[in-house]
Amino acid sequence: MNARIPATTVPVGQYQNPRPIHDFRGGIHPPQNKDQSTGRPIRRAPLPEQLVLPLNMHLGAPAKALVSAGDRVLKGQKIAEGNGAVSLPIHAPTSGTVMAVGERPIQHPSGLHAPCIVIAPDGEETWTELHPLTHWRECAPSMLVARIREAGIAGMGGAGFPAAVKLNLRDGQQIEELVINAVECEPYITADDMLMRERAEQIIAGIEKLQFLLQPKATLVGIEDNKPEAIKAMCAAAEGKSMDILVVPTKYPSGGEKQLIELLTGKEVPSGGIPAQVGVVCHNIGTAVAIHRAIEFGEPLISRITTLTGDAFTEPGNVEVLLGTPVQSLLDYAGATAERIGRLIMGGPMMGFAIHTPSVPIVKTTNCIIAASAAELPAPPPEQPCIRCGSCAEVCPANLLPQQLYWYSKTEDLERAQQYNLMDCIECGACAYVCPSNIPLVQYYRHAKGEVRQQVAEQQKADKARERFEARKARLEKEAAEKEARRKARLEASKQKKSAAPGVDLAALKKASLDASSAYKAAVKALKAAETEGADPDTVAQLRTDADNLKAKADGAKAAVRDAKAGGASVADTGADKVAELKKAVGEASSAYKAAVKDAKAAEEAGAENASELRSHADTLKAKADELKAQLRDAKASAPATAATAPASKPEKSAEQASSEAADRAKKMKALKTAFNMANKQWKEASASLERAERDGADDIDTLKKTVDKLRFKADKAKEALNVLVEEAKKNIEAASGSDLKTLKLEAGRAEAAVRAKEKELEDAKRSGDQENIDVIYRERDALRREATMAASSLQSAIDEQGLKED
Amino acid sequence: MAFITVTSPHTTQTGNHTGAFMRQVLYATVPGLAVLTWLFGFGTLINLLWAIPVALASEALVLKARGRDVRFFLADYSAVVTAVLLALAIPPTAPWWLTLVGVSFSIVVAKQIYGGLGMNPFNPAMVGYVLLLISFPVEMTRWIAPHEAPSLMESVQLFLGSTSADAFTGATPLDTFRTWAGDAEKLASQAILNGKLAGQGWDWVNLAFLVGGLYLVWRKIITWHIPVGVLAGLALTATPFWLYDPVRYGTPVFHLFSGAAMLGAFFIATDPVSAATSRLGRLIYGFLIGVLVWVIRSHGGYPDAMAFAVLLMNLSAPMIDYYTQPRTYGHKAAHRGASR
Repeated sequence: MNARIPATTVPVGQYQNPRPIHDFRGGIHPPQNKDQSTGRPIRRAPLPEQLVLPLNMHLGAPAKALVSAGDRVLKGQKIAEGNGAVSLPIHAPTSGTVMAVGERPIQHPSGLHAPCIVIAPDGEETWTELHPLTHWRECAPSMLVARIREAGIAGMGGAGFPAAVKLNLRDGQQIEELVINAVECEPYITADDMLMRERAEQIIAGIEKLQFLLQPKATLVGIEDNKPEAIKAMCAAAEGKSMDILVVPTKYPSGGEKQLIELLTGKEVPSGGIPAQVGVVCHNIGTAVAIHRAIEFGEPLISRITTLTGDAFTEPGNVEVLLGTPVQSLLDYAGATAERIGRLIMGGPMMGFAIHTPSVPIVKTTNCIIAASAAELPAPPPEQPCIRCGSCAEVCPANLLPQQLYWYSKTEDLERAQQYNLMDCIECGACAYVCPSNIPLVQYYRHAKGEVRQQVAEQQKADKARERFEARKARLEKEAAEKEARRKARLEASKQKKSAAPGVDLAALKKASLDASSAYKAAVKALKAAETEGADPDTVAQLRTDADNLKAKADGAKAAVRDAKAGGASVADTGADKVAELKKAVGEASSAYKAAVKDAKAAEEAGAENASELRSHADTLKAKADELKAQLRDAKASAPATAATAPASKPEKSAEQASSEAADRAKKMKALKTAFNMANKQWKEASASLERAERDGADDIDTLKKTVDKLRFKADKAKEALNVLVEEAKKNIEAASGSDLKTLKLEAGRAEAAVRAKEKELEDAKRSGDQENIDVIYRERDALRREATMAASSLQSAIDEQGLKED
Repeated sequence: MAFITVTSPHTTQTGNHTGAFMRQVLYATVPGLAVLTWLFGFGTLINLLWAIPVALASEALVLKARGRDVRFFLADYSAVVTAVLLALAIPPTAPWWLTLVGVSFSIVVAKQIYGGLGMNPFNPAMVGYVLLLISFPVEMTRWIAPHEAPSLMESVQLFLGSTSADAFTGATPLDTFRTWAGDAEKLASQAILNGKLAGQGWDWVNLAFLVGGLYLVWRKIITWHIPVGVLAGLALTATPFWLYDPVRYGTPVFHLFSGAAMLGAFFIATDPVSAATSRLGRLIYGFLIGVLVWVIRSHGGYPDAMAFAVLLMNLSAPMIDYYTQPRTYGHKAAHRGASR
């Protein structure tokens, strides 16, 4: 019964396309059934009692409501804002009061409800303040695109993709063809047809704005040849404009975006891609009008042209209807009673949704309401087995094998179905239309596509979970490895300390030192015995000289032991020159000292006047020798450090500069230390909460993980910077004092110990009342003390200078 | 009131259902049936009238046993088509039991046991035919010499098995050529080989089926791919061999208009259920059937080969489909095989 109107194509006269058009594969010629709704001009639908505005009228994320029940709104006022890049705001279609923001039935395949804003119109149609952009040619394109987005304009052809998204070009992107879709290939629908007949100027004005935004090389307007009046009107309106009106043969689905692009340009949109990839942007004429009105008059999208058709209507035709108008209101308006309606379709007969209740509202994409009698669109006959006749493959515009897809979709062999390009199906319904076995093929494909999408989503989820788990494992392993490495390093360091100075035989040196000191002690004893026995002065003097020599030897041996302990093997070769020089100086100094002591003693014995002078001279010399000795030790100890820093041959910094730098560094270091401590603490806290989240399987693991990574990174960075500064400081100390901090510390400690040992020796000497010895020991102790003070002060100054504090 | 809520599309083409498809196939066999009756008497018609109720009864029985809606499935005419095609292939001298065995085996085993219409991997009529050819070679090769048709009474007697067929039988052109291939003298002296196009009488049979086949193509019941493939495969294989040795090998035209060439190309090989389904696949499928027909006719143990060739290619159809997917819109190349 649905073949009431023959599928004839109204002759278009002698219209000559200004450029050749192409063809697309497959397609069908269903009865047009368009004449029912073209007999009347576009009427204005009456204001309904309630407007129901779903928050998701477009493709993308639902809008966020800005009003709540009880709010008064003006016509054109924004009542919901876009939520994300692919989303759109919603505007009040008329002035009135918000009754509710809540769930209402909408056009949903499963008849589910969705959040809507319900407005009770006040009948006054009071506009909110509008901001026309009359001088739009002087506006920045980005501003116009923003205006289009803010006007809530979705593609009016059917899918409802936010129009502004398609107008955002990448830098340097060139649009070859702007394709304007005026095909309206689906049977019954005449909304675009009537729009072209009555408002061609507005369409052309909208197209000009699109041209301004996209700067296409060509603009192609495709109209099916079954709309001669519309073609005439469009040609008249486009007279003298830089666009081509192209008449295409009537064949469903020539109005599909991909098919129209192929028809007009011969290009194919890549699978899974968008038209812009082949330099094409496609917009519907309804969208063009909405864009025109949004820019020229500042009007947001609050109404659209909808076809009311089907046998159940007594007055079919096209109406300009406010968005949110319930279908029931339109049924009443055009005389369709419930008893006459067998099937109520929102959209066309090929791709529209059957709606279960007339309370569903008109949305931005509702181009048609078919209220069909049961005879007009009867219930589908029962499905018969597929005999693989291939009729479906012959009409498939995507060049798929629907008979194979059916098989794999039915058996849920999703892998095979995808291999047969299930996801390239555009759900045009041509296959199901021709199927001799009455198989609702598209239903099977929709189901399978849904399954595939779900599978993909689940796969992604699983992949994410696995990644998360692996990352966590890696993190824990890394931490454990770092810990282990630190432990090993410590162990290694302490081992090295123990086995220091492999090149110098420490034991031998110690023995030599001990031998030397006992020889010295023996000599002193002998000297004392000789003095008490009153041996001849020459012998005594000789003995004394011997004792002194031995003393010097013993001291030298002791120093050697100390050096060996401090410096290790490397001292010997690297600082060899300096050390040798110092040794020589020490030797000279100590022999001078010895000579002086001898002189002084001789003078004392002789009762000379200048004995005390000589003695003090000897003391000075002794101090000098001791200092030299200390220097020698330092030199030996710092030899490796010197060797290491010397090749760098950094330009010497002036003291001031160095100290100010050091101060800066100290300040920086302090700040960094604080930063590091804070970041470290935060990181630890975040890690703990991440672990908790991972254990509990919380949703926000990703965010937490990101936070942890960020904090960890921050802490690492701070630590790194701190380390760099510490290293630098250490280097500076080395450069300044020829020794690193550690050596200085060792030195200071050793000097301290030496002083203490000498003190003890002094105690012993005092107890034994050995005056001569006591004097010597005194002097020695003083020298050691000075040495210790020096070492301590140099250590202190190094620490202070560099602002280093022991961690 | 409750509206009809189904997913789109909400309208389908009227007057286009499986039953109508099948009826068109039946109409297209009329010229062939007429010529067979003209040349060989009423035998074929009697077979056909007997085969149809046998097929419907077998189908109904199995459908009932399988718990299916018997009326609904009988209305698709697929069983009738199977019966008619098998009856056309069986010699007009066949006794009733031969047809009974062949048709019931086709319907019960080759079709319903596999799951009924649309599920059978092999052409049911050809399975039945091959079963008969192997089991009853004598009965299956007793064709009648053209224009020596028995009377209606004699045909009924043959059908009932109450008279011997020996009085009427004569060799077919394919038999004759097979027997004397390589002997130029003998070949030249065989009257049956000197028809207008090919073998006497059989050229008319094939022309009639060609007409019926073209009708199917015109009505878009079948696409041209399989028939063209079969005929091209047969002719292109026959040509070089005939040029090489015209005494041993028949002319391409002889092959095209002998035996079941046209019936096979337009009615048998085009059974969509068991054939390849993509356009390229159908071309390849048909072409290989043509090649196999020539090979078996020229070198096999049977004078004609359509049944074997079709069944062999039924085996290969899924693989052909697998490797002949068309290039989908928006894809650079077709998916061939598992290349994802």
